[in-house]
Amino acid sequence: MKVAFWPGCVSKGACPELYVAANAIAEPLGLEMLELTEAPCTGAGVLSEQNPELADSLNGLTLAMAEAKGGALMTICSTCQGVLSKHNHRLKSDPSRLEKVNATIGDQGFRYGGTTEVKHMLWMLFEDIGIDRIKAAIKVKLTGLKIAPFYGCYILRPAEYLGLIERPERKTYLEQLIGLLGAEAVEYSGATKCCGFPMLTFNRDKSLAMGGNHILEAKDKGADLLVTPCPLCHLNLDGQQPDAARVLKKRLDVPIFHLPQLLGLAFGLSPKELRLDHHVVPTRGALEKVELKV
Amino acid sequence: MKFTIEVGRYNPEGNYDASAVAGTAYPPPWDKAPPRRYQSYNVDLPEHAVVLDALIAIREYQDESVAVRCACRSAICGSCAMWINGHSHLACKSKLAEFTKNGKTRVETPPSMPVIRDLVADMTPFWQKHLAVKPWLQGKKPEPPPMEEYRVPNSAMEELIQEVSCISCGCCLMDCESFAVNENFLGPHALAKAYRYAADPRDALTKERLGEYSAPGGIWDCTHCYECVTQCPKGVAPLEQILKLRKMAVDAGFTHNAGTRHADAFADSVKHSGRLNELTLLPKSVGFFNIVDQLKTLPSAFNMIRAGKLPPIIHKSIPGVQRIKNIFARVGGRFK
Repeated sequence: MKVAFWPGCVSKGACPELYVAANAIAEPLGLEMLELTEAPCTGAGVLSEQNPELADSLNGLTLAMAEAKGGALMTICSTCQGVLSKHNHRLKSDPSRLEKVNATIGDQGFRYGGTTEVKHMLWMLFEDIGIDRIKAAIKVKLTGLKIAPFYGCYILRPAEYLGLIERPERKTYLEQLIGLLGAEAVEYSGATKCCGFPMLTFNRDKSLAMGGNHILEAKDKGADLLVTPCPLCHLNLDGQQPDAARVLKKRLDVPIFHLPQLLGLAFGLSPKELRLDHHVVPTRGALEKVELKV
Repeated sequence: MKFTIEVGRYNPEGNYDASAVAGTAYPPPWDKAPPRRYQSYNVDLPEHAVVLDALIAIREYQDESVAVRCACRSAICGSCAMWINGHSHLACKSKLAEFTKNGKTRVETPPSMPVIRDLVADMTPFWQKHLAVKPWLQGKKPEPPPMEEYRVPNSAMEELIQEVSCISCGCCLMDCESFAVNENFLGPHALAKAYRYAADPRDALTKERLGEYSAPGGIWDCTHCYECVTQCPKGVAPLEQILKLRKMAVDAGFTHNAGTRHADAFADSVKHSGRLNELTLLPKSVGFFNIVDQLKTLPSAFNMIRAGKLPPIIHKSIPGVQRIKNIFARVGGRFK
């Protein structure tokens, strides 16, 4: 299946392991990913709040680029998903706004017809690739692992931009996937909450307490690791975890996996191929539980 | 139809039950979360019953010691806001059948708020925040008020209808993730009210308001989680109003804060290279001369470098970056 692919800035910046892992699982999933190398940053919500028209235009350009490739636009970042969904909704629901954006990007040789559907890889797994294909690709069952899902705000809220009213099952895909891979999903309240990353630069300690609390709750409920479809959540939960532990004065030490890394392990790829050795919090303990080594 | 309700119980006057444990509810602050135990009740009610029907039935016919606050039963007065299955809702607007999960529905006060008793949260922090934003029109002084009514164009008030719909139930604050870790945060309802007055053409002190709302604890302390938008029973969408206030504050010149520096650094990076430069974003947002806070970020930076998560030192532009520059030149506004 051919899809336009938007990796986002973070998977090519501070979370390079995500980009590697996402590309590594494309083949077992039967995905031909056509990367949009000339698309701009979505603005991560920051540009949307300060200048909605600018964010409409930048994201309109990306949506037009995907439209030209035909088919859906696949993201691997909850934040990119949320922002692109929001602006797609704004453009599809208001013809005059779409016209304005087309005037801006038209000068650059693009036109958006309003037909692109933006889908996170997590959604595509269930809605396009299909459970049977995933099952067929599984080589290693992750039996014995207790995994806490962590969605990231932008893939859950607001529901109307993200199609969750028509497809409420999207709120359960991570739990379903964890079960499908043979592991056990940990039920805890933090799964749908905020990692604190948007506040990191404004109010560092509170941001770290927020993310740290969710890790602590998951750990209290027996989680060996957290899995997230959002690299920005990963930056706060993994990258800042030692600092969060200091703020909370508690031991954390819970590894955070990117969604494609978890899938890759089940597909028989080695932890090294998935760059599980490039995390701040060591992944060794969790991997040893399924007899894998970094 | 048979329903099971688990009621989170707490009586500050005495440790009436040995099974009451401090901090069993998430999210923390655990050390502040009131001790509670969960008591189960079975009720037989019609299929269309709401959570409040069950609570009233429990109080009237099973256990008069259960404390619950309610009045209108029509989602207008806002007094029955509580946590139902871990999120805030009006008990009178929430159908039991829809909330029943694994055969039961759990109700309690949110752990981020003080408790008077059982399901009655102490709304003092809510009203303090409400008053802190001065939710009333402030006229020009010392001019005497005009001898006729203030005339406002319809269009100006239509813009504010969404915020005027607020019934002060507190659902947004009860689910606010920033407030859960930062009691100084003004919170979604107060800031939505703040926008309602700052954007009212009759208010004469808009600029002063924007200055106050830009201070620590104000508009920049929101973590953008959209919980308030999801939980508001009246469609006020508090976060959207906070974002409007941020734009108004920046446009009015209140730019000496991490929030504005962050937006500027973000826009600058996208304008010049088409993508985010993570290496410079954090120090630029914190402020280069803010040595104390810069130092705080160092341990994490070292950890990330050691793990091989350093963004490329030479920040490359995306191919076709000129297009992005052209778009900024055309609609970039302040970021041109």
